[in-house]
Amino acid sequence: MDLSGIIGYITGFAIMAVIYAIFSLGLNVHWGYTGLFNIGIAGFFALGAYTSALLTTASPDPLMFEDYIFGGDLPTRLGFWNLGIDLWFFVALIAAALVCGIVALFIGFLTLRLKEDYLAIATLGIAESVRIIFLNEKWLANGSKGLYRIPKFLGELVSPQYYDYLYLGVVVAILIVLYIAVNRTVKSPWGRVLKAIREDELTTQASGKNVFNFKLQSFIFGAAIMGIGGALYAHNVRFVDPVTFDPLLATFIIWTMLMVGGSGNNKGAILGALVVWGIWTGTQFLPGFLSDPNLRYVMVGLLIIVVILLRPGGILGEKRVISRLSETQPGDASPEI
Amino acid sequence: MTTSGPQTQRLIPKWSAGYSVVAGFLILLVLGLFSIVKMELVVNGLFLGAIIALGAIGLSLIYGILNFAHLAQGDFMTLGAYIALFFLGTLLPGMGLESSGLGPFTFGYPVFIALPLTILAMVAIAIGLDVLIYRRLRRRGVGRVVLAMTSLGLAIGLRGIVQVIWGGDTYQYPRLSKAFYQLPMGIRIPPDNLFIGVLAIVLVVVLYLFLTRTKLGKAMRATSDNMDLARVSGINTENIIKWTWALSAGLAATAGVLLAIFQAQLLPIMGWRLLILLFASVILGGIGNLYGALVGALVIGVAAEVSTQWLNPAYKIVIVFVIMIATLLIRPKGIFGVKD
Repeated sequence: MDLSGIIGYITGFAIMAVIYAIFSLGLNVHWGYTGLFNIGIAGFFALGAYTSALLTTASPDPLMFEDYIFGGDLPTRLGFWNLGIDLWFFVALIAAALVCGIVALFIGFLTLRLKEDYLAIATLGIAESVRIIFLNEKWLANGSKGLYRIPKFLGELVSPQYYDYLYLGVVVAILIVLYIAVNRTVKSPWGRVLKAIREDELTTQASGKNVFNFKLQSFIFGAAIMGIGGALYAHNVRFVDPVTFDPLLATFIIWTMLMVGGSGNNKGAILGALVVWGIWTGTQFLPGFLSDPNLRYVMVGLLIIVVILLRPGGILGEKRVISRLSETQPGDASPEI
Repeated sequence: MTTSGPQTQRLIPKWSAGYSVVAGFLILLVLGLFSIVKMELVVNGLFLGAIIALGAIGLSLIYGILNFAHLAQGDFMTLGAYIALFFLGTLLPGMGLESSGLGPFTFGYPVFIALPLTILAMVAIAIGLDVLIYRRLRRRGVGRVVLAMTSLGLAIGLRGIVQVIWGGDTYQYPRLSKAFYQLPMGIRIPPDNLFIGVLAIVLVVVLYLFLTRTKLGKAMRATSDNMDLARVSGINTENIIKWTWALSAGLAATAGVLLAIFQAQLLPIMGWRLLILLFASVILGGIGNLYGALVGALVIGVAAEVSTQWLNPAYKIVIVFVIMIATLLIRPKGIFGVKD
């Protein structure tokens, strides 16, 4: 492989790692900061990817036996909203976040009043249901053949061989925006309530906070981030079908990333995505039976258990800061005294 | 751990709440008489429900005593089915014990050797995993969600091991096709289902007698009510936990083998696919409640099968999921819900 091939490979790797980092960030809002046990990330992944793909893909082609709703080509067909495919990309991102937020509202409303594990089972159920519905309802999104004409964002701007560099810039920019947004919110009073809920729900309730509302908001916020991740994935691979949203690649690996990187720490969530995706793609270069793709299941499962057993905080772990002022040394108290 | 309500009803509560379920089945029977519902689907749903029940009772036992959602229960079933495949397909034929088509059944007598061996293997694996993983976490005092997540890691890892050893292909136990039983009302029953039904009933009755009549079973129920109180009463709770793993792993192994016979194939994903059905049964019946798991499983099995009369069979899981969501909406504690 020559140098440009290697750089191209690394760019492709980096794009996927950054997209996974966005999911990891969304999961960190759920699990790291609020303690919500969402094991149906694949459902939000699929909803985000399909929403964005359906909104931007060209009309179904009867010659190819394609079939999906919205008829595609929305930017041109909705004359007064003809923003061009590139601005429409942002509409699709927002729509993906909205759809995931609405589904999260529904699931959260039903299960967040109950014990934690109900949310886990319900998210698992919604992920399976979403996958099965997209697989069997051919009119919705072309069934098992999937959508394979998803356009590039700013595709006309650069020649195809350099496009990956551009898209890497796009996903990194979106990751930075989301990172700042999540960091800001979890450090705000709202975010402190979330951490309080995670640590002790009863005490938080006794302090006059509506625990259910806060949990619901956190669940919707994290799910919307996952929707954006799904949309970015769809425009990167430019092909989505129900098999894409297998729980291993769309749920478990993201859990592993967050656990390895350090839940409760946004930098850890991003670092974990890079590390685990590196290990994941690295295994295919291993010699002999070690490159068996089935071993990846064992690896992902083992990583989760080993991290929980040996290093529950992950690589970075959560900073235990009570208050900025509590770090001050005794002696440099306020000048009035 | 402060709880209110009828304490002695944990694990085995009063039957009274089950009338609605009995009424539901009677309505189905009437609908079947007027050929609105195919009775064949109802009957096959009951057999599927019997298999689900074995897995769900194990799940509910772990829920009741260890107090967490054991997400690897489905993959325990898968592993059990594949261990039995090792015995039936490799080890026993290697020893010259090879046969199929015993009596009316598709399988041969080696199943009766392989099943106990599989149960023993799964019990050993479950207790081993508890000692290696869960006991350490219990001693550290981690929360129930962390335990559930550990079991998720275990579920993925176990399925990976099955796929590494056996690959992703489908397998079958050695079998000989047999004619179905033809009953009135257009009911056709594969003969293997009789074995499934009888074995499930025997196991449930034995488990009931064990929990209500033996000292160990009573200690188990006491532990489920209140582990701290059980411990100060002199019950060795670590021992009870080992028995819990043994029972639920044994039930899961049996359910896995029966599922492989029921579907006439083994797939690495078979247990994981059943997990939602197991949890739906447990939630429908009321968490940590064995009657509930049994009745919930029968209802879920019948609902899943009967839905195929009108809907694409792929939607079974979606139907079950809708039932589960409806339960959470209307009666979050389940049909036999006990205050918790």
